[in-house]
Amino acid sequence: MSLLPDFALMLLILIAAVWTVSARDRRDSVIGFIVVGLLLSLAWIRLNSVDVALTEAAVGGGATGLLLLRACARLGPNETEGVSLKVSLRILTGVLCTVVAVALATIVLYPIEPAPTLAPTAAAHMGEIGLGNPVTVVLLAYRAIDTLLEKVVLVLALIGVWALTPDPLWGGAPGSLRAQHSSGPLTFLAQVLPPVGIVIGVYLIWNGADRPGGTFQGGTVLAAMWLLVMMADLREPPEIRLHTLRRLVVLGPVVFLVAGFAGFWIANGFLSYPPDLAKPIIVLVEAALALSIAVILGMLVAGPAARAPR
Amino acid sequence: MTPAAYTATEGGALLVVAIVLPVIGMLAIFALGLRRAERIAYLVLPVGLLVALAIAADVARSGAAVTYVLGGWQPPLGIALRADGLSVTLMVLTAVVLCAVGLVARGSFSTPPDKAEARSPMVFWTLILGLWCALNTVFLSQDLFNLFVALELLTFSAVPLVCLDGRRETLQAALRYLLFALIGSVLYLMGAALLYGAYGTLDLAGLRLLARNDLATSVALGLMIAGLMAKAALFPLHLWLPPAHAGAPAAASAVLSALVVKAPFFIILRLWFDVAPQPANAMAAQMLAWLGIASILFCSVMALRQARLKLMIAYSTVAQLGYLFLMFPLVMASDAPTAWESVGWTGGVLQLVSHALAKASMFLAAGLIAEALGHDRIENLDGAMSVVPISVAAFGLAGLSLMGLPPSGGFVAKLMLLTAATETANWWIAAAILLGGILAASYVFRVLNRAMAAPASDFACKASIPLYRELTVLGLAICAVVLGFVPLQPFAFLGIGRVGLP
Repeated sequence: MSLLPDFALMLLILIAAVWTVSARDRRDSVIGFIVVGLLLSLAWIRLNSVDVALTEAAVGGGATGLLLLRACARLGPNETEGVSLKVSLRILTGVLCTVVAVALATIVLYPIEPAPTLAPTAAAHMGEIGLGNPVTVVLLAYRAIDTLLEKVVLVLALIGVWALTPDPLWGGAPGSLRAQHSSGPLTFLAQVLPPVGIVIGVYLIWNGADRPGGTFQGGTVLAAMWLLVMMADLREPPEIRLHTLRRLVVLGPVVFLVAGFAGFWIANGFLSYPPDLAKPIIVLVEAALALSIAVILGMLVAGPAARAPR
Repeated sequence: MTPAAYTATEGGALLVVAIVLPVIGMLAIFALGLRRAERIAYLVLPVGLLVALAIAADVARSGAAVTYVLGGWQPPLGIALRADGLSVTLMVLTAVVLCAVGLVARGSFSTPPDKAEARSPMVFWTLILGLWCALNTVFLSQDLFNLFVALELLTFSAVPLVCLDGRRETLQAALRYLLFALIGSVLYLMGAALLYGAYGTLDLAGLRLLARNDLATSVALGLMIAGLMAKAALFPLHLWLPPAHAGAPAAASAVLSALVVKAPFFIILRLWFDVAPQPANAMAAQMLAWLGIASILFCSVMALRQARLKLMIAYSTVAQLGYLFLMFPLVMASDAPTAWESVGWTGGVLQLVSHALAKASMFLAAGLIAEALGHDRIENLDGAMSVVPISVAAFGLAGLSLMGLPPSGGFVAKLMLLTAATETANWWIAAAILLGGILAASYVFRVLNRAMAAPASDFACKASIPLYRELTVLGLAICAVVLGFVPLQPFAFLGIGRVGLP
């Protein structure tokens, strides 16, 4: 295939990135950021990294974009449009960024041949786990502790957001996510899309064992469906003191920990799986993680409690 | 490529417990939190201390590092945990400081009896446990990306602690801290990615075998160390620290100043001595030391000029962190056969430990003084001695360590650094150590003078402080003093597991 589409894509990414940095309006900047995310996911597809592409689209563009848009809406037009930096600081930032960029470019332009990689080793041991997607094997077997601790980071992030609740409102529900002008089409979409979206989310999770997809992508799709329902005002965000909510948030890490400790008895140590049970255990852990991710992302977007508990 | 094989040692599973136990406590508070958060924390804290002591005993008895290979996957594919003499020392230090902070925090972060759950206790205890997991992971992990995850855990636990009381200026301080920490994380991650690209492994021991002295390695290590410097608040990247550490509640400030800023420094040590191709770049070592000197002098003067007690202590933290960065040229120029047998290395590590104990005690004492007087303006501290004498005494004892006066851990640490500086003819460093001590004495005595003054006629005590809280603070200060009785020479324990690095 000719390089023309790739050059066009690169040019678009650069234009979108410059637009994001230079946009005067905060909202325009966020929209630019979302566009960069989507374009980057196209670039990842061109590099044959479908897993990364899906994650970039779901998390980088989608979930982060939504969080930023909500933040814009909360700030409102009255707040000052960003603090303007001093000229000297701007120049310093520019110089530092240029130095880092030149250094990175130099290193990337003169790569080591052959590039050292763990890919063959990673592929060689996949048979011991019985999964077909190397990314999932890395995330849930070789480097399972990273994935486990990252989920703990997500729980901590949620606690950090909830920490901003005013004391008397603790335990209450976050403010309504309703769009300012609630419209017929949005309500219709929120009624029609979730069944389809939930199937896609579950498919991504299930499929992640053998083909591109996985917990984070699937969980984000599930979160998006939930958020859509909340934005169309068909459901209110739940109170943060709810037992069910709390348990869903910790479900993923807890199942992961139980599977990890079970390894002491049924395999050879923490986070190791017996070969014949590896796949069912990993799929179970992934399902629990995806559910927790969906709930955490939804609650992160909903924000701290804004109403007193009933 | 020769993969460095780790052999799991018998007690290795305890390393997993050290990392996972705080997480279990945190999740339990979160899920069952509709009961009282502090009860779960009080279960986890002593058990965690015992785990750290057990690992330390194991290391001391066997004279070798304790190792665990997660999931049975050997690096470079998998991740190994490894506790050598240095990491186990820091784990015990962390557990001791956290237990003391937990005791003192009982007064400020107990759930009110009429409520199932309240905001600040729930948030405080979950985040403290999150921090503990992060710190233990930093001390044990042998994998650059796993260390990145640990740094993220650290950031997301530490930042909300800063704005726990929700005042506008603490929110600003927390946001500034978050931005510095995230920029640090991005730089670190870039460096880690470059190293993986160059060597195809993220394992520390594997990298040590492979590391070449080329552009990619230098840029990668430079980016990582620069990012970690922002997290460790080395001058001029310290701007976030004073408002953040002063704005947090005293119990949180104690943990942030004593432990959290030490974690990125520990990773710098690992990168410098365990990964970087040796001999390391002498110019970079000199530059780190010069920034350390700038930290010591500039922030000590700033500490002298503060009107609020907590801000003064926060500036003193940046100054004391500066001493740690003096290590690099001192160790390089020493003629000891290995880095950890040099006086400079031991002095630096001792400075890290004694500052952690002293600073935790000092922040907690400042918190108790502020509770008793209702404010922390240094000019109006008169009478503190009559209401919270033990806290003022703890402040004074901890101050000995900062000034470097005997008997204290700080004295031994600074004397060792000074010896190393004169032996290697680094006169500027020696001068900075001496000048820093004089400045520290000025700011500590300035506070003690006011606190010992007779109370004004309209003096009123705002709250009475239970004895056990004051005694805990004194206990930490005494630990810092007792460190002053260690022999003035490199300790064999700190070198355990470092000589025979695979």
